[in-house]
This record gives sequence, C-alpha cells and structure tokens, in this order.
Amino acid sequence: MQISEAWLRSYVNPEISTEILVEQLTMAGLEIDSVNPAAAKFSGVVVGQVISMHQHPDADRLRVCLVAVGEAEPLQIVCGASNVRVGLKIPAALCGAVLPGEFKIKKSKLRGEESFGMLCSEKELGLATDANGLMELADDAPVGVDIRDYLALNDAIIEVDLTPNRADCLCVEGLAREVAVLNKMDWLPTQVISAPISHQDVLTVTVEATDACPRYLGRLIKEVNAKAVTPLWMRERLRRSGLKSLGPLVDVTNYVMLELGQPLHVFDAEKLAGGITVRWANADESVALLNNQVIKLDNEALVIADDKQALALAGIMGGSDSAINDETRSVFLECAYFAPHAIAGKARRFGLHTDSSHRFERGVDATLQTRAIERATQLLIDIAGGGAGPITEVTTTAALPQREAVLLRRLRIEKTLGIALADEHVIDIFQRLGMAVQTQADGWQISPPGFRFDIAIEADLIEEIARIYGYNNLPSSSLLMRSELSTATEAVLDIDRVKDLLVDRGYQEAITYSFVDEDIQKAVAPETDVIRLKNPISSELAVMRTTLWCGLLKAALYNTNRQQNRVRLFESGLCFNKIDGETQQQKMLAGLVLGDAYSEQWGEQSRKVDFFDIKADLQALFSLTGCEVQYVSAQQSALHPGQTAEIIASDGKKIGWLGMLHPNLEKQLGFDTPVFLFELDQNLVLNKQIPVFKVLSKYPSVRRDLALIVKEDVSASEIINCIKSSAETALQEVIIFDVYRGKGVEEGSKSIALSLIMQDDTQTLTESEIEAIVGRLLALLNNEKNAKLRD
Amino acid sequence: MSVILEEILAQALQELAAVHDLNELDKVRVQYLGKKGLFTLQMKELGSLDPDQRRSAGQIINQAKDQFQQQLEACKAQLEDIALSQRLASERIDVSLPGRGQSVAGLHPVTTTLRRISKIFASVGFKVVEGPEIEDDYHNFEALNIPESHPARAMHDTFYFDAHTVLRTHTSPVQIRTMESEKPPLKVIAPGRVYRCDSDITHTPMFHQVEGFLVDTDVSFADLKGVVYEFLRAFFEKDIQVRFRPSYFPFTEPSAEVDIECVMCDGKGCRVCSQTGWLEVMGCGMIHPEVFKAVNIDSEHYSGFAFGMGVERLAMLRYGINDLRLFFENDLKFLEQFN
Repeated sequence: MQISEAWLRSYVNPEISTEILVEQLTMAGLEIDSVNPAAAKFSGVVVGQVISMHQHPDADRLRVCLVAVGEAEPLQIVCGASNVRVGLKIPAALCGAVLPGEFKIKKSKLRGEESFGMLCSEKELGLATDANGLMELADDAPVGVDIRDYLALNDAIIEVDLTPNRADCLCVEGLAREVAVLNKMDWLPTQVISAPISHQDVLTVTVEATDACPRYLGRLIKEVNAKAVTPLWMRERLRRSGLKSLGPLVDVTNYVMLELGQPLHVFDAEKLAGGITVRWANADESVALLNNQVIKLDNEALVIADDKQALALAGIMGGSDSAINDETRSVFLECAYFAPHAIAGKARRFGLHTDSSHRFERGVDATLQTRAIERATQLLIDIAGGGAGPITEVTTTAALPQREAVLLRRLRIEKTLGIALADEHVIDIFQRLGMAVQTQADGWQISPPGFRFDIAIEADLIEEIARIYGYNNLPSSSLLMRSELSTATEAVLDIDRVKDLLVDRGYQEAITYSFVDEDIQKAVAPETDVIRLKNPISSELAVMRTTLWCGLLKAALYNTNRQQNRVRLFESGLCFNKIDGETQQQKMLAGLVLGDAYSEQWGEQSRKVDFFDIKADLQALFSLTGCEVQYVSAQQSALHPGQTAEIIASDGKKIGWLGMLHPNLEKQLGFDTPVFLFELDQNLVLNKQIPVFKVLSKYPSVRRDLALIVKEDVSASEIINCIKSSAETALQEVIIFDVYRGKGVEEGSKSIALSLIMQDDTQTLTESEIEAIVGRLLALLNNEKNAKLRD
Repeated sequence: MSVILEEILAQALQELAAVHDLNELDKVRVQYLGKKGLFTLQMKELGSLDPDQRRSAGQIINQAKDQFQQQLEACKAQLEDIALSQRLASERIDVSLPGRGQSVAGLHPVTTTLRRISKIFASVGFKVVEGPEIEDDYHNFEALNIPESHPARAMHDTFYFDAHTVLRTHTSPVQIRTMESEKPPLKVIAPGRVYRCDSDITHTPMFHQVEGFLVDTDVSFADLKGVVYEFLRAFFEKDIQVRFRPSYFPFTEPSAEVDIECVMCDGKGCRVCSQTGWLEVMGCGMIHPEVFKAVNIDSEHYSGFAFGMGVERLAMLRYGINDLRLFFENDLKFLEQFN
C-alpha cells in the first residue's frame, strides 16, 4: 500500500524527518519499501486564470490567451488545448520555469504570435501519464500562488509492505495510530457526521450466509450526479496512493477504503431487481465481473445477489450488470463485514486480487461499518449531490468475531524476551495500542480492539511489547546450551568425503534443477514413469527427474556449446520415482565425463577419456568405503550395450550404473564426442566397512605368474571371482597384469596374465606347497571356466 | 721391496692415473686386488717362503697394496665427484613448466556456502537433518500454522502435484518432521533445496535454504538474537552490524526479519541494498505455540526459536555474485571461479 506522507501527517505530525519516520515504521514491523516524491521536480509554475482569448490568426488549433498570473500585467500565452476557456484556472508555467525532464520554458513565438509561458496539463507536470487537455483547477484556486504549494506537491509517497497480520495498517488511520504510539502522541480520527435522511426508500437485505457475512449495511442514495468532478484534493490523495480517479462514486468508495480501511461498493440502484441477498452461489451460476471476466461460480463462492441473479463476488469485485456509469442517478451503497475465512483464497481461485479482497481476507474491523457508510455518504453527497435514505443493517451478533481478552503473564514476558519490564511500561504499551488492560495477580487480561485480528494468544501480546520496546533494544545473550557429545558414525561415510574425492579427481560439482524437460527425461529413461508438476513454470521444467543424468547432460551441452571440449561434472541430489503408486525420493550421486582424459598438457600425448578412466574414479570412490563391488556387464537403455556395467554390492544390492552414453542418444542430444556416465545410489555408496585388524604374517610372500587361455565371453571378474572362491587360505591377492589377443591365441579366445600372491601366517611356503596351490587353482579354473594354461 | 713388487706398484699407480671413469677404475681394482689380482698373487706366493721371510715379505706386500688402495680410494672419490656433477648437470629441468596429471576441480559455491554454515552451527552442537522435497500439504503448511486459506500461502507460489502434494516451499517442514520423531532438547539445522513457482531476474524456481531451530526448556528471544548475531559475524568473518525488525511468519511469534549492514558498500547505500545500507538476510522468531501443539510438545514447558536463510543470497553477498541465475546454468567458467 502506498500513501501520502502529508495525508498521514494531517492526523499526527511528529517533529521528525521523513527519513526518521520511515525508519520508525520499518523498525516497528511496517516495512517501508520505498519513498518517492509526490511529484517530479519542476519549478516556476503558478495558478493562472484565463482572462480573455482569441483565435490564432494563422493556426486553427491555437488560441492566444491573456492569463492572469498574480503579477501587475497579465501574460499573453499561446495555447493549443481544447478545454481552454475564459475564466478557467490552470497551472501556468512562466518564462524561466523548468518542467519535469529539464524542460525549460522560454519566451517564444508560435506562428508569429508571442507567447510568454505555457499553460500545463497534468501530464506536463508529471502528475499523470496521460492527459486530455489542460489541468483544470478549482474556481477558488488563488491566482499567482506556486502550484507546488497549492497542490501540496512537496510531499512524499510512502510505500508500505505490510505483512498479512497487519491489515489494520492498510489505511491512513491505521498508520496514524502506529505513528502516534511510536511517538507517544495523540491523534484524532476523522470526524464523521451522519448524513440527514432525505427519503425513506430502502432495499430489503437478506443475509443467508450469516457466518460469512456477519454484518451488512446498505442504503439508497438518490439523485446523484455521476458526472460531478471529484475535487482535486481527493484526486491527489488517490493518485498518491496509486489509484486513478474514476468518477466521484467510485472515488469516494476508494477514498474511504484508504482512509478507514473499509472496502465499500456502489451498485446502480436502477439496475437492481428487488432486494439484496448475501448467499453462497449455486453450482450452475455465473457472474460477469467489472473487469469483463465471466466466472463460473460454485457453492464455495459468496455472492451479493438481487432477486434475479448474482451481482457481485462478495468482498472481491462487483459485477458489470449492476455497475454504475455516467448516467447513474441512484446508487445502493454497500458496506459490509465479510469474515476472512469466507474471502480468503477465493479471489486467488478465480485469478483475482483486489484491494477489497486483500483487506477482507486479512480482516477488516467488524465495528467500523456504520462509521464508514456515514463517511462515504457524507463525501458522496458533498461531491455528487443527492439524498440519503435510512441505513438497512443486518447483523448476526453471534457470527461477529469475538474479541476475547488474552491473558498475559508477567513471568512469560521475561521467559520469552529475556528481559523483565516494569508493569507500568507494559500497561502503557497496550493502552497506547488501543487495548483495554485489566490487571490481575500474575499479569493482565488484555482485550484487543476490533481492528487487531492478529492478537489471539499470549505470544502475540509479547510480540507487541517487543515491537514497541524495539527489537534492537532487547537483550542478546550468548547462548548457553545443553550439550551432548555427538556420535561419530563410522559405518556411514560422509558424503562430503566422496564429493571431495571427485573434486580432487577433476570433477566440477554441478547443481541442476530437480524438474527437467520431459523430452530429455523420456530419451534417457523411456520406460520410467514420471511425476509431473501440475503447474510447471515451463515445459522445460515440467517433470521430476528420475535420474540425475537429465540435468548433467543438459549442463554438459551448455558447456560444449560454449567451446568447452573437456567436461567433468558430478551432482548429488534426489531423484523422484513412482513405484507402485508410491513416490520414492532417492538420493543419488552421478557423474558425466567427456573429452580428453587430461587437460591439455606438455609431455603427454592427449587421448580421449574411456570407460576405464571413469571406472578408476569409481574404484577410488569405493575404496573409501572398503566395500567390494562387482562391475557386471548389463543393459541400460541410455548406455552403449557393449560398455555398460551394473555395479552390485557384495550383498547383491544394485548400487548403480557406469557406461558410455548410447551413440543414438549422443547424436540425438547433440554431442559430437562419446560421453561417459555413472549414477549411484548414494545411501548404498556410503555404507562403510569398519576395518578389522588381521595379524601380519612374519613369513615371506611369493608371487607366481600364470597366463590363462579362456574364451572371449569369460570376463576378467569371473576369473578373479573363481580364484577367490577357492578355499586357499594362503592366497592373498590376484592381479591381472595383461590381456592379450592375437598371434599364438586362438580366435575367439584371449590370454589373461595374472599374478597370484601367496603368503602363509604360520610358515614359509615351500616350493611343493606352492606348486600344489597353483595346481589346485588351475584345476578349479579349468573346471569352472574352461581355462587352460597357455603353453 | 722386491723389484717385481716395485714394478707392479709402479704399473698399478700408472694405470690408476690413466683411469677415466668408475668402470675403468673397477677393472684396475680387479686386476690388482681381485682374486687373481697381481697383489693377490704376490700374497699367495708367500706360502712358498720360509716362515721367517714370510712375515717380512708379507708386510712389504701389504705396504705396497695399501699404498695402491689409498690411491684407488682417492681416485674413486674424485671420479664419483665428477660423475655426480655430470649427472646433476644433465638432469637439470625447467621447473617452471607445469606439472602433469589430473587437475583438481571444485565444489559448487552453494555447497561451499552450505558447508560453511553447517560447520559454524556444528561447532556448537547443531545436528544436520534432511527431509523430503516432495512434501505433503500438512508438513509444508498446516502443521506450520498456515491453514488452507491463509494469505501467507499466496506468498509461497507453490508447485503442486495434486491438491495435497507439493514441492516444499521452504525447509521448515523438516522442523515439523524432526519434532514429530525426536523430543527436546533439539538443536538442528536443515539445509536443502526448496521450490517456488517464480522465475525472473531475481528468482529461480529452485533455490536453497537452511532452516535452523533450537528447542529447550529456557530459550528466549535473547538467545535467538545472540545466535543470529554470532552466526552472521562468523559467516562474514567481520564484526558486521545486524538489526532485527518485527515481521510476520505464521510459524513464529514474535517474528523478526534480520538485516545486515550492506557488505557491498559497508552500509553507505548502493544499488545492491537499494540505497538503504541494509540487506535482508534471514527470517526468524520464537516457535509458535500452534506449531508445538501440532507436534505434541508442551509450549508451557518448552520454548524454542527457528530461523531460515537463503543460501544463494548469502553466497552472492559473500562472493559478490550479481546474478542468481548463474547458480543453475552450471557454466564451467562460472563454477571454476570457486575452485
């Protein structure tokens, strides 16, 4: 909400600068977003009056005017505005004036006629974005007075960013009340005088939805002049609050809303059929709103209806069928209290947000309606004439918000704020805030006023004390906390350690969006069900990722498209899967590598990264946990069928995948080089083996090298697993040191050279014992894997 | 000394003088001192002499042998010196050439920032807890005292899956989940991704928050102020000005917004702080009794505070990053600046 500082100060005017005032409000929880001048910078413009005028001899659209500007002689000024006329009072810029935009006014000649200044429109003074002719001033405007003084333009527009609990400050009186409290001053609310009743006509008002509308006031005002001009002072106050003048009937309701915080509505009484009913809408009903939107209603929408149809969305927006216009002669003025629960969320449902709904859903003072309708009546009749009928009021007392006293315990203040306050101080704060205070033994019963919807529990009262006392004046303590020693879980590796390892091995950490483009998601994991957002921000961020690869591939492309030919990325985060209708959120760790194995460097031939480079990184990662994993050749739709390994833990759990991006996908996504990927279940990766000490053997170890011939389809890990499955206790380690194909090895077979490291805990192994071990292993390998010793 | 011995010695010394390298030197050594060396043979011939003569002749041979050996050692030392200086000269390299091998990369600045935040709080015993990102309406809103029609919901721009399932809009649901399963005293921070349906120059639809809360029997607003002050000073490594302003969150009461003196202009006023000299960095407050009620903690007995901060915002202030969107583009040129 924005408001004129001068308007605020007309209620309470502490002797402090704008800057201090703004600081005061901000520090009291009414955050001031901005302070702007009420008018752009200009000077040399005074109130002028056209004394006489005649047609310009050489220009159809120009008039030559004599304008009184409070000096001895009137000035001749040439003017092209269509509304210029004798007697009109207007802003006149004198020679030497500077208008907004550093526009200097000089004596000039227009088609041969001398002009000693310029008559101004609101636009030319920076008071409006567009204008239709000259700005017309009131007849009693004093000629010669500086227009800035006359219009009180040396004012600031203060924009308050109110939190939802402080609806009471969505009006000038509310802010004035706060300023008065903060400066320990008195303030005077606007004096409202009841309008005389000039006719007895009424509309029947029926409130069906009494919970939603505990109070409804209305009255007929007849014979109004909808074409009357809203006085400048009101237009200026509205303008400074960011509202356009829309004719006196609407202006008055807006003005009272800004002044008192009560939204009102005017219906064109001649367009109403019968009486007024406040009710829930029917399921098949619709209403045409003032913004030309036609909305379909349901029984959760509160409407104002006449005997025929729904007229308006209660507390949100009026309807076009009953709208006032220039021809309106008789109005029905509505001033109601709608309960927050009846309005809250409703406007949003229909994509609406209005000044009225904003206030009702946060809470309007339920005691305000009589005063507000009288104030609006008074202003309306002052400006647009007409006569008021009696007020029809329907109040359901039981449905009105109950403002119960809240107990504030003395001890609780200290317990919550860490400071004890003197009783008088506490009482003073609440009294100044307009709350009734009743002292009792352990504290006070405090009754919040009708406009404070946010005071419901003790904590709310304590916040008020803190707020007025000043948050910054409250003590700050060095926390003395109960401490317990934390456990040092050794069986779970810290993810930070894994991230550090990847970083040290040249992987840059990426963070990509958890929602991804469905196309990439489909391409990478075509057979996986996705979880779709109902209201995505764009189609590129529409489904939850089932794999981190979606984001990493996109990030890699972003970089390859920017001349990066070597990319190493990893990410850790949740992936989202629908499994048997249940949403699974699984923490994953994934990596992507493409381009050269090493950054360009001297002394080493550059080469592209391959499967085993990434595998080495994963092996390093698993060596952190001490857990043995198997890399099993497998199929994954996103990966190259011949370069895919599924990673399996010793207990058979599937940890993840490692492989080359399928060449089809590589092409489809727009890569021009092979891409290698891995993705691991983070929780399984972090399972750590706690080491168990084994006695060191005092006896020497021996090494025997073997070259085995096996068929191509026998994998290295099968050979190693076969050897490890033997019961040879002396066998310590098996190392593959060569794989050979070609001359001397039959087609379809390969030679695997391996070393066996043997050592016994109790003795030095003899040659014959070693031979026996090797012999048993060869027999086993021959038996299980058809491996033969190479000649 | 016999003539023969003298000749042998003279010849030996002569050959020694002509040696060029350690190889030749070793040959000379073998020729005179090896198993079949000339001095060795001389010693062997002693056996044919009388025992009387044997002794003195032996001494003489040993003298000659010693003389040769001394010379040999001197020669060896000299040659070793030469060989060493040759090796040193030939092995000279340009140490300014870059090293080889895998280069080291870095963590994302958000992770670095999160780690610093976690480390500061862990040092006084806060435990790190995480929660789900697809969250139910109850934990994200209801239990936090934000009922269905509450105006605060409009401020959240929520991503929905269905009427009851959302992407969490803040890390506060972790507060609820933790208090549901654990009893006070609690000292927890909850870092993580959060989501808002909003995207423009200052908003990304995903960002990170750290929620922190403490529940115990005697926790006051003064404790909250103390923790926040100390944290901000530790984070920015500077005795920074901090102010608390009343604010509103449905799940705390009293609630506060925390501003720090603008770190870009030292509070003088600049574009980043909209000329105010202050920057909003976190929201906090005393945990609302309704929240305690939702998790069955007696608010008469226990009290607590909670705070929440935006990680990207802190990272931007710390490192002077001027565009939020850079965090999620993953441009290597951006990321590598934080290695």
